[in-house]
Amino acid sequence: MAEIRESLGNMRDRGLIDELLGEITGRIKEPIRVMEVCGTHTMAIFRHGLRSMLPAKIELISGPGCPVCVTAAGQIDSFIDLAERPGIHLATFGDLYRVPGTAVVQSNSLAQAAANGAKIDMVYSPMEALAMAQANPDELVIFLGIGFETTTPTVAATILAAQEAGVGNFAVYSVHKLMPPALTALFDEDMAIDGLLCPGHVSAIIGAQAYEPLAARFGLPCVVGGFEAADILQALLMLIKQHESGVAKVENAYTRVVSWEGNARARQVVDKVFRPGAAMWRGLGEIPASGLEIRPEYQQYDAESRLDLKQVEASEPPGCLCGAILKGLKSPKNCPLFGKRCTPVRPVGPCMVSSEGTCAAFYRYSEN
Amino acid sequence: MSGLDNPALNELEDCALIDMPAGRLAFSTDSYVVDPIFFPGGNIGDLAVHGTINDLAMRGARPMALSLGLILEEGLPLADLQKIIDSIALASKKAGVPIVTGDTKVVPHGKGDKIFINTSGVGIVPAGVDLGARQVRAGDTIILSGTMADHGITIMVARNKLAFEGDIRSDTQALHNLTLALSERANGALHAMRDPTRGGVATTLCEIAEMAEVSMILDEAAIPIRPQVQSACELLGLEPLYLANEGKCLVVVAEDFVDDALRIMRQRPEGRDAAIIGRVEDGLAGRVEITTLAGGRRLVTALTGEPLPRIC
Repeated sequence: MAEIRESLGNMRDRGLIDELLGEITGRIKEPIRVMEVCGTHTMAIFRHGLRSMLPAKIELISGPGCPVCVTAAGQIDSFIDLAERPGIHLATFGDLYRVPGTAVVQSNSLAQAAANGAKIDMVYSPMEALAMAQANPDELVIFLGIGFETTTPTVAATILAAQEAGVGNFAVYSVHKLMPPALTALFDEDMAIDGLLCPGHVSAIIGAQAYEPLAARFGLPCVVGGFEAADILQALLMLIKQHESGVAKVENAYTRVVSWEGNARARQVVDKVFRPGAAMWRGLGEIPASGLEIRPEYQQYDAESRLDLKQVEASEPPGCLCGAILKGLKSPKNCPLFGKRCTPVRPVGPCMVSSEGTCAAFYRYSEN
Repeated sequence: MSGLDNPALNELEDCALIDMPAGRLAFSTDSYVVDPIFFPGGNIGDLAVHGTINDLAMRGARPMALSLGLILEEGLPLADLQKIIDSIALASKKAGVPIVTGDTKVVPHGKGDKIFINTSGVGIVPAGVDLGARQVRAGDTIILSGTMADHGITIMVARNKLAFEGDIRSDTQALHNLTLALSERANGALHAMRDPTRGGVATTLCEIAEMAEVSMILDEAAIPIRPQVQSACELLGLEPLYLANEGKCLVVVAEDFVDDALRIMRQRPEGRDAAIIGRVEDGLAGRVEITTLAGGRRLVTALTGEPLPRIC
């Protein structure tokens, strides 16, 4: 039985990896379908080359854990429209920069809008956006708030910092989303998997406890995993053991970062500034209480309150299978556009552009 | 321009006249718009000198002379300009490649960005030296002359004004002495050399594989990388295989020359960390794979688009 040694150096030890792989191969009897929800897991699995090492009985399916991918197409159009308004200075995470909207005229992405003169800056943190606002008092700086529970605490903290500093020219366009409600909606509609590899960083905030309702309601084994090769193998081994014993509970294989309760302080900060609301998910439609809106007390930092933002209800580009792929129902290879009309250079859907997108990962790393 | 003192330049004629030895003329040009213009390990000036020297060197040329074109934005502090010129002069002198002709223009404030530089260079490739991607064949060994991603990560860190402990600096340096030492002894066993600048080691090898119509298999564990560069990449979510190198070269040689090539490279400071990182195989044209640190295998593809704008 492989022990999990908690130092990062040890998590890269080839001996440990080989041991875990040996246990998995020796242990597995029946086929198992595991959904790895988190986009960072999708990329890590590809990057480590794990698909070439795991037995064929393990099928890995990517889920909706890519915040850029699940941003509705109409939302992207709204970002581009905002970027092109005079006096607006957008700050965004790099992931959104090249995602295409639905428009076929003028700028079809933030990158194109920037090339056409819009003021858009890529930032690593929302606090950088606040600093931009303080440095440029004549502009309205808008931070595009995408991301799941990992990201929202810093965004909430930034809004509080803006209020404290009395900054009047800063706002957040919140399209933040919550993971557990989306998973519940997903499995209510289609329960096609045998185990859930739970996201590592989101769980650091919400705690391993957050998956208990899922495990109970759907009889679904859930294991929280990290991102080193040994982390992922350990989590898969635990899922296989549960599956083969007919057990369905929540286990934490990423104890060096994730606790059972999660980060209560971070959740408090988020709760102070945001409240749950309905949100539009690409591929899944509208899901109640699955997004975060800024509370009325912080209205002046809410881009949607301050500005007349047009929400264009645009439909999916024809032929694009991003929706089904995000649900784990289809693979990128099933999509008629994959690798032909839709490539990283000329993407149709966000799944191909985002660094965490299933299609991007497949295109970069798997057999073409 | 006194720092750039040399006989050809000092003539102050409309052009320089150079006595060239026998051989084929190699000719290269590059423009430099790196932002920021000063970074740990160098600046836009020495980058411009080393970059063009290296482009000549990669085809087996002995660099003979450089031109230097400057486009300055009005308002660029003279002290900054002097520092850059001093670096250029020093780099040129150390490399033994004179700047024989040049030009300076000034554009109004807002119409440039501090300083843009163009360097062109000429060199001579001796008879019998024929290097290029199309010479690469199955059975060849791929060597990298030293640690990867140093320049790319330095620019990323500097641009974002991130405070990293641990020495992160650009690797910008001239490689022609290393490349000439190799091509002079190789006797046909040296097939290609490339400096993996934009797009990094991964993109450069993908390009070579496609042009040569071969496959390649790389070994992630064998690729030299400094631990602080590895950590910085992980923290910033960047893949070192795709980050620029400005003082390293990929060397593809026939199997029987490998030991000698490594010895020749490691004897020089520019190549002291040289290591075998992969081999060339028969297979699908352009296909590059890597065995990962974890022991798996995956595909390596060329970078599309611009990961980091203005890194060189």
